[in-house]
Amino acid sequence: MTPDLSVSIGPISLGRPTMLASGILGISLEVFGRIYRNGAGAVVSKSLSKEPWEGYPNPTIIGVKNGYLNAVGLSNPGAPYFAKMMESNRDVPIIVSLVGSIEDEFEFMVKQFENCNVTAYELNLSCPHVEKVGLEVGDDPKLVTKIVSRVKSSTRAPVIGKVGLGTTNYLDTVKAAIDGGADAITAINTIRAMGIDVETQRPFLSHKIGGLSGSAIKPVAVRCVYEITSKYNIPVIGCGGVSSWEDALEFIFAGASAVQVGSAVGDRWIEVFSEINEGITNYMNKKGFSKISEMVGLAKRF
Amino acid sequence: MQNVSKTPSIRTIEQVIDETPTVRTFVISDNDLANVLPGQFAMVWIPGVNEIPMSIMVMPENGKAAFTVRKRGVSSSALYDLKVGQQIGVRGPYGNSFDIKDGKIALVGGGTGLVPLLRLAKFAKPNNEVVLLMGSKSKDEVFFEQQANQILKNHKHQIISCTEDGTYGEKGFVTDVLGKLLETSKFDAIYTCGPEIMMHKIVQMANSKGIFVQASLERMMKCGIGICGSCCMDDVMVCHDGTVFDGGFLANSKEFGHTHRAKSGILENY
Repeated sequence: MTPDLSVSIGPISLGRPTMLASGILGISLEVFGRIYRNGAGAVVSKSLSKEPWEGYPNPTIIGVKNGYLNAVGLSNPGAPYFAKMMESNRDVPIIVSLVGSIEDEFEFMVKQFENCNVTAYELNLSCPHVEKVGLEVGDDPKLVTKIVSRVKSSTRAPVIGKVGLGTTNYLDTVKAAIDGGADAITAINTIRAMGIDVETQRPFLSHKIGGLSGSAIKPVAVRCVYEITSKYNIPVIGCGGVSSWEDALEFIFAGASAVQVGSAVGDRWIEVFSEINEGITNYMNKKGFSKISEMVGLAKRF
Repeated sequence: MQNVSKTPSIRTIEQVIDETPTVRTFVISDNDLANVLPGQFAMVWIPGVNEIPMSIMVMPENGKAAFTVRKRGVSSSALYDLKVGQQIGVRGPYGNSFDIKDGKIALVGGGTGLVPLLRLAKFAKPNNEVVLLMGSKSKDEVFFEQQANQILKNHKHQIISCTEDGTYGEKGFVTDVLGKLLETSKFDAIYTCGPEIMMHKIVQMANSKGIFVQASLERMMKCGIGICGSCCMDDVMVCHDGTVFDGGFLANSKEFGHTHRAKSGILENY
């Protein structure tokens, strides 16, 4: 029997366990459709703000050993523009990522999507390179609770909090999101990092400090998923350096209900989703698993 | 196998060539970039200013690569104003390349869009007969004619300069001149790079005559490697799936010739 790749992340049901992570390729419906047809269970949009943002000047993304450094600066067309575009979406499960500083902004943005089929909202509590939003919000647990609870009361769609490693213990941010009513957690975002060109002594990124993604951060992300799911009873989506089926399973064994893929798209292109799904299917056949949920958290037996 | 770098490497500008009153070519040493395929590009970092996608100009000497830039916006002007001895960063090469067919081919370019076409000319097959149409505003802005003759010296070839004001070569747009040419000559393929409205017309003309056509496109780019999505057009990423696209795909595109994305990702009309 063919193993069942569908997953439930709290109230969110997806046909496959892999999603496109926020910030990657995410501004047009046509591209979303292509990613979905290539095996992603859902796509997460770029983080949308109340107004359009241009982001930082280049260089905004560069390769480093085993990963990428980026400080794109959350460039996005704004929630109203994106919502209008999304009204014509028919079949692609889209998780809308939102970024802002206060609960009123989030409520305004959620209202834009009233005529859209939103699979879930993912609140960006963890972007490490833009002031007053993202990680600066995540570092303020009281604010996190206020924002999550306002979004929860503004929509019936499930709400995910995406956390990262800031100056506050990220487990306190997770707790604050749970207190606000979050349905799930995505962990983790990129980790604050920088790179300097030795010849010119100049930071590579125009914003100097950015976030590190890719294989380099995977062991950190796996640890976070393991810790969150050990401490709290909330479904977690693993994110950080997933580039193969083995990586995806590692997150699932740590406790993740599903995974997101970002940087690997830059190395392996869109086929990475179907490759991961196929690898997981083969593994399940070999080991006799019939559902993804049977494998979630298996590393905790030891 | 090509070496593809995702981290900028610093290169020193060794020579600056004035092509026209508004166009300059900057020469560096870089073995990998010297040999890229026609249509591929590099991300060029002007430290402290920006990093922009640039086609790589063919140089006669081995191991030399060059960037040809027209002074226009902030970033291109900053690159244009650099002097010999100053440094830039380069990473790449990225993107796909032209599919060079056998037989008689037309290369149709405007301005710095000639850069990938001259590289295509360098990669031309022995059996190719090459007609190069070069468009510019006026005589002052005609460049690369000599280089094109040099690159194509072993091929049967013809170079037709077109100026909008008629001060040099044929008078009119390259599209008009190509239209007349297509009435009398048969081509096996047409390749184009330049302003998108020009390319859009050329693709329509070729498609209507059933001639194989490819265009090398430009979009706002940030990563250059298919991660950020800034350059998306329909369901493709111009940096990764392109920059070269076939006429068949372009004919069905909702965006080609009509819209491009601003830095925020909002679609704007051409």
